[in-house]
Amino acid sequence: MHTIGRALRHPLALRLATSVVTLLGVALVIFVVLHVLPGNQVTASLGVSAGLLTPEQRAALDRYYGIGEPLPQQFASWLGSLLTGNLGVSVIGRQPVAALVATALPVTLELAVVAIVLGLLWGIGLGVLSASRPRGLRDGIGQAVAVAGLGVPSFVIGTGLVSFLASAFGYFPNSEGYVSPLVDPLLNLQQILLPALALSLGIGAAVMRTTRSSLLEVVGQHFVRTARGKGLAESTVLWRHVFRNALLPILTMSGIQFGYLLGGTVIIEQIFVLPGLGRLLLEGIGNRDYALVQSITMLFAAGFVLVNLLVDVLYTYADPRVRLQ
Amino acid sequence: MSVLTSAEAVAAPPAVLRGRPGWASRLARTTNGRIGLVVLCLLAVASVVAATGVLPHSPAAQHPDQALQPPSGIYWLGTDQYGRDLFARVLAGLQLSLQISVVAVLISTLAGGLAGICAGFVRGWLEAVVLRCTDILFAVPSVLFALAIVTALGHGWLNSAIAVGIVYVPIFVRVVRGPVLALREADFILAGRGLGFSTWRLLGGHVLPNVAGVVIVQVTLALAWAFLTEASLSFLGLGPPAPSASLGKMVGDATSLAAGAWWTLAGPAVTIVLAVIGLNLLGDALRDAFDPSSGT
Repeated sequence: MHTIGRALRHPLALRLATSVVTLLGVALVIFVVLHVLPGNQVTASLGVSAGLLTPEQRAALDRYYGIGEPLPQQFASWLGSLLTGNLGVSVIGRQPVAALVATALPVTLELAVVAIVLGLLWGIGLGVLSASRPRGLRDGIGQAVAVAGLGVPSFVIGTGLVSFLASAFGYFPNSEGYVSPLVDPLLNLQQILLPALALSLGIGAAVMRTTRSSLLEVVGQHFVRTARGKGLAESTVLWRHVFRNALLPILTMSGIQFGYLLGGTVIIEQIFVLPGLGRLLLEGIGNRDYALVQSITMLFAAGFVLVNLLVDVLYTYADPRVRLQ
Repeated sequence: MSVLTSAEAVAAPPAVLRGRPGWASRLARTTNGRIGLVVLCLLAVASVVAATGVLPHSPAAQHPDQALQPPSGIYWLGTDQYGRDLFARVLAGLQLSLQISVVAVLISTLAGGLAGICAGFVRGWLEAVVLRCTDILFAVPSVLFALAIVTALGHGWLNSAIAVGIVYVPIFVRVVRGPVLALREADFILAGRGLGFSTWRLLGGHVLPNVAGVVIVQVTLALAWAFLTEASLSFLGLGPPAPSASLGKMVGDATSLAAGAWWTLAGPAVTIVLAVIGLNLLGDALRDAFDPSSGT
């Protein structure tokens, strides 16, 4: 009992608890937003013919989808089944939502991971290049690229890429349908690389700017002068002293940008015809498919909360002065 | 300098005491600020032109025999698959997007700013509740959240504005609360309290003017994000309904056309990029102007 009490006072446990509370709040917000919707699963799946149903049939269908009950009860039962992994039944071919999500999740995950890796790579690289000669030519080019990255929406660059490659080279690797990396790694890479590149534009730009300003701020500090003064090699000064201290804001920015990235997958998957969660979500919105939309939005929010929890934990490793609160 | 009237001569302090130039002149001196201001003026003029309807072609008039014409002297940006003039449509779409963005940012500034000021100044349980709500709203990716709200409310420009506005409320809460927390303990606020000023007088007369700079910067940046989010919604087909021209929707329509008719993509895409970059640059320049220690 005593150890449990102490474990609960551990900062990580506390941080976990706030994440859970946040997710509960998200669930409530999503539920409230979606239930203001006119129309429900019955009218959505049957269309106009829903009007032909007898009251008994209608009641039976309402019971089937669990939408006859009062809203608080619906919310509680949805939350309960969510926790047990039962996400409900989609109007798409009466398939369980969990199964639909399970097939779509790896696609989105692959896209998100490749995009964030690309974004971090070119963002940090360009940021370091820019900061190495502030106000020089390199810096000017770097900053211009960042401004363009923030200003060109991913759907514009995506649409541009697709039409340009298709018209100029007849190249559109996504036209034959998505191929799993386990089946044909090379084709899969071609299918993922372009959308991931389009997605990485905004993240990379934000990361680049944070890297640049953070590096410039750290470089001017006394401990860097001290490190140089005591005769450390320039590379040691840069990597162990400057970069490590500049890493914190970059980490935070990456966490925040991850949310932007998740939103971006919805659009990018649509353009590049990738059967991921974003595409499934749009399909769900079109069909007024509550179970599907609720589950996917929850999943995105959970992913975002989880990544930011991870960022907080990494923070304490990168900077021992920082403690979880 | 020109001749000063006697009152001005008395009022104007010597140059040494006048200190550094004001934020407006500092803004106009930076390249970013200049570009941003020029773009903003261009956007405003284009919207006014679109609103007055003085253009030779109407954005909705279809001319099937003129479908997919490349840019020319008659059709400056070419025509789309229904033979509609793309120049007129781009301007009309720009005007609609700006209208939605401005209303959206107005919503988030008022709601977020108010919540942020209250949370920072009153503190206590109110602050705890506001911050928790902010966390929750932050956890849902913005495009996703706007999608859900627009689906619930239905299509239409005002609904888009409300959806985009709600999405950006939390940012204003956070941005405003920080400085208010610091101001709360500032000497001049304590002095005001000591003199028996009411909370409203302190907030309106002393706190608000001091966070105005932060808010102005955020409003400019939020306009860029709102513009982008609105375009994304329209791109996905969840913007204002069909007859009205919308930049995001035009990019979406161009997906299937651009391979053979690049101009269907170029006009709306360049306009979106120009608007977002211009607003971003202006926001950056404003931030530097208000807080010279930050950034570049």
